[in-house]
Amino acid sequence: MISLADQFLVLVLLINFISLGTSRLIFSIRAVAVQGVILGILPGLLHPFSWHLVAITIVIIAVKGFVIPLLLGRAVRSAEIKREVEPFLGYVPTLLLGALFTALSFGFAGSLPMLPVHQNYMFVPASIATLMTGFLVLTTRRKAISQVIGYLVMENGIFIFGLLLAEAMPVMVEAGALLDLLVGTFVMGIVINQISREFSSLDTSLLTSLKEE
Amino acid sequence: MYSVLQGACDPALVALCAALVIGSAGIPGLFLQNKPGSGQIFSAIATILAAFAGVPASLLLLFSRTTTTYVLEWGLPFGPCELVIDPLSAFFLIPVFLVSAAGSLFAVGYWPAAVHRTTEPWLTFFYGLLASSMAILLVARNGVFFIMVWEVMALSAYFLLVTEHDREDVRRAGIVYLIATHAGTAALVVYFSLLAAATGSFLIPAAGSLSALAPHTTLIALAAFIGFGAKAGIMPLHLWLPSAHANAPSHVSALMSGVMLKMGLYGIFRTLTCFHDPPLVWGIILTLSGLTSALLGITFAVAQRDLKRLLACSSIENIGIITTGLGVALMGMSSNLPVLMYLGMAGALIHILNHSFFKPLLFLGSGAIIHAVGTREMNQMGGLGKGMPRVALLVLIGSVAICGIPPLNGFVGEFLLYLSFFLQFKADTLVYLVFLAPVLALVGGLAVIAFTKLYSSVFLGTPRSPGAAHPHEAGWTMLVPMAFFGALCLLIGVVPQLVLRLVTPAVASFFPQLSLDTIPAEYGALLGKLSLAAVLLLTVAAVVALLWRWRLGKAPVSSTSTWGCGYLRGTARMQYGGSSFSELAVSVFDGIMRQRVERPTLSGLFPGESSCSDQPTETLLERVVAPLFSLAGLSFAFLRRLQHGQMHVYMVYIFATLFILMLWAH
Repeated sequence: MISLADQFLVLVLLINFISLGTSRLIFSIRAVAVQGVILGILPGLLHPFSWHLVAITIVIIAVKGFVIPLLLGRAVRSAEIKREVEPFLGYVPTLLLGALFTALSFGFAGSLPMLPVHQNYMFVPASIATLMTGFLVLTTRRKAISQVIGYLVMENGIFIFGLLLAEAMPVMVEAGALLDLLVGTFVMGIVINQISREFSSLDTSLLTSLKEE
Repeated sequence: MYSVLQGACDPALVALCAALVIGSAGIPGLFLQNKPGSGQIFSAIATILAAFAGVPASLLLLFSRTTTTYVLEWGLPFGPCELVIDPLSAFFLIPVFLVSAAGSLFAVGYWPAAVHRTTEPWLTFFYGLLASSMAILLVARNGVFFIMVWEVMALSAYFLLVTEHDREDVRRAGIVYLIATHAGTAALVVYFSLLAAATGSFLIPAAGSLSALAPHTTLIALAAFIGFGAKAGIMPLHLWLPSAHANAPSHVSALMSGVMLKMGLYGIFRTLTCFHDPPLVWGIILTLSGLTSALLGITFAVAQRDLKRLLACSSIENIGIITTGLGVALMGMSSNLPVLMYLGMAGALIHILNHSFFKPLLFLGSGAIIHAVGTREMNQMGGLGKGMPRVALLVLIGSVAICGIPPLNGFVGEFLLYLSFFLQFKADTLVYLVFLAPVLALVGGLAVIAFTKLYSSVFLGTPRSPGAAHPHEAGWTMLVPMAFFGALCLLIGVVPQLVLRLVTPAVASFFPQLSLDTIPAEYGALLGKLSLAAVLLLTVAAVVALLWRWRLGKAPVSSTSTWGCGYLRGTARMQYGGSSFSELAVSVFDGIMRQRVERPTLSGLFPGESSCSDQPTETLLERVVAPLFSLAGLSFAFLRRLQHGQMHVYMVYIFATLFILMLWAH
């Protein structure tokens, strides 16, 4: 089962590259939704069966795979934008940087003092790589919606790390994290709405005009 | 009577509850915005009632010489949070309660909610918070808790100060104050950390428990001097003081000058109680810095054109006199001269009490004047004495008191200081202290010039501007607090032996090992004689006044303009102004303080229209500190480039930090 989980994690890493490399927002949102669904399945592969686990899996898949992508899709449609144009850093350099960070995170994870049980699995490097990818998306993209996507990818990275922690995560912690994510998406949705209303564009670099002086 | 009251309830608890009531008195006003004024009146009533409970409680604690300790369960990892009321705290609590109550009543007339609908609720709220935080500060004994309360005090004073934040000069004064107070707080953090390192706990050490010979003691004392001195306004840490006091609403200036500056002094007092063997040099430094503050502060005051700036600068002078007293007491302590120590300390404490009576009186008076005339510029006033005789009389009482002229209270504290100087002349030790007497006398003389200028250019002569022509007398809510302080000034001046009894327990808490039984009795008797002289002086003054009125009634009265200079058709602009009055006195101190006069060049027999103006300039601020700040601003300008508003680059900052931390862990 563990090897199956590792293969899923490889899939997660590949999806990271999709979100870095594509310019189409809808495609990027769907990729992250798939990543969320995969992450929803992962706890089921790692831990023995329990109803608690089933509940968690269903909620995670529902929220990450359907609710948030739907919300984002609606935002994209209402703002009438289709693709990310002129990112701060081009797609090829971002992809190269993403590859570099993924390699670095494998190197870094190898030197972390970990329990022998976790030593040989890909959880920690995949988690760090996903986190880094989220950061890259956050920093290199201009549109506010892309930044929400970056935020989601980052959260996914944190989630992978959380998988290691306990046999079954306490349901409150998990619910708290999901609620956080949902609220965060809502807040970002409102912010997006306000930005597009104020500047008639979703370009966050226009926010410099809010600076004092 | 003590036992009956003490049986009924614990005075320390009453004082603490009074402080909390004052702090929450402004809260209802925040929610009663649709009924303007009701919150303000509620706050005034609550504050006055709290003061009626708090002042007797503090007096009881002071006279019974008890120390009450409470421990606050606060659950923070800085050791127990002790609240201790000892005689020294109780002594400082008295002005906190009195001034805050009087000011909250004054505010009803001075800052009416009907006129200032948006600012009044917050002004009332922060006013209560400032007063309450000062009261709590006096009982806080845990260093961390002390700094927390200190910050509440400093910030609520800031919000009070920027009440009229739509004006540019008010915002500027606020920024200067904020920088100064936080520089002071930074020094206090160093002070409490060093103290904690020396004693092993964050509690302020008990009286006399530390030795000045231990390592780092000089550093501790220096940090305390900078931190508390910045709040008290001891030179050269006074730079924030004049503009802050001038730009705050007047009852706030009264509270800030009358009480908040004393919190800095309280800190210095409290720090010094911890040491049983202060070296002589501490006393010398305090004395010298005190005398410098007194002399330069009053020089600055003489040069001012702004009514409230003048009062603010005179606060620097009075703080200087108090610091001098403290320094002399410290010298007495390290030279083992109990009489010198007692006289210096009693003089300092009495002057603290006095200054917290006459300075609020004067600031409230300035509020009444500004309320009537609409300007702070003394050269625009004049002749107000006819329109507002009651305010004029009360300001006269305050002015005479602040100049240290008998039979009012300002004389008593300075008298003890003079006494301490001259006693050393007779003794063999510390003879050079006698040279301080002429300096103090010079300060007193300059104070007379400053307040003569104030009183004469505001109340005497003829009106210099249309605004001053038809002043209206202040309402009773403004007059009653002023009259209250005026009565206190007169009371202390006439029966100084009572106030000596008031400060003796506080002095004893300063140095518990010293037996203070015979000395207070001796000087109490001396002040009794002073009291007789004061009564005599008052009688003579009354007789002269009656004779004068009688003579006026008999002789024919003709009215003409004051200072008409003998011209037949003098105008208001030809009379002496405040600036011309003080020009000579200021010119003596040319290097430090300058009245920059811009004179017109006149030529010919009939010169055209021209104008003359003067601007008091302070050398230290304008030549040293302001250039330093602009230099710092230039050299750190590159940091502003980091804050550019590009969201994604902010993300890069976070990213880079995370990355560096990961590499570090690696």
